[in-house]
Amino acid sequence: MSVAILKQGDHLIASIQSALRDHEVLELRDELADRVGRLRARGIVIDVTALDVIDSFVARSLRTIALTAKLRGAETVIVGIQPEVAVAMVQFKLNLEPLHTALDLEEGLELLNDLTAQVRQRHG
Amino acid sequence: MGEEQVRLDVASDGDIVPARARGRALADELGFSRTDATLVATAISEIARNIVVHAGRGEIELRPAYDPDRRGLVVIARDQGPGIRDVDAALREGFGTKGGLGLGLPGVRRIMDDFAIESAPNQGTTVTMRMWRDLRELNGTGQ
Repeated sequence: MSVAILKQGDHLIASIQSALRDHEVLELRDELADRVGRLRARGIVIDVTALDVIDSFVARSLRTIALTAKLRGAETVIVGIQPEVAVAMVQFKLNLEPLHTALDLEEGLELLNDLTAQVRQRHG
Repeated sequence: MGEEQVRLDVASDGDIVPARARGRALADELGFSRTDATLVATAISEIARNIVVHAGRGEIELRPAYDPDRRGLVVIARDQGPGIRDVDAALREGFGTKGGLGLGLPGVRRIMDDFAIESAPNQGTTVTMRMWRDLRELNGTGQ
């Protein structure tokens, strides 16, 4: 699959390497849902910097990934949406709500730390 | 101008990415902005997926159009699938799924300057769409 997934502390970082076929998007969804449980991850960052197009299918899939992860106890942040892609998404009226987004990986991880801080406190 | 029309078979989800890449390349050749090239690529992605999901297979034709004061990018998507029973409904915002993230056709129609669907039950669907940009909006290569 053209996505590298690595674990960093409590978080999973999924870096999309190139444009994805539809079935690869669905594989990513299933893979992340599985790993959240197996690795007890509290957060996921999905880096979409390499995507030159985010169409309705990908937008819907990213939402599904985040909602699935949430049911498994993890927050998701999408990072790296390119400026042209952002313009196109607005024009197509695609939205990622209720997804969290951040400019880049660094800010995404910071946001995840904030989002998961409460959970960590609760679990000690 | 050297650009010719290209015809691309669309028969699986693996054909969507190359189809939109060709559309982006043509937009670049015409001198369209990066944002317009991305809009065209996104529109082709939606229309190619519609073929794969609803008809199984079809083709996408891409070609340039030249007017005295503007350049166009023409996309024609054809399939012999089941057809769209209610074209008006398919073009309505939010049709297909909740939240308007469905077929993507309303978005495609919104961003393209010309957009037409011919569809008849069991005889397939042809979508013809064009994006036009004035010469003065184009990057140098297009003029």
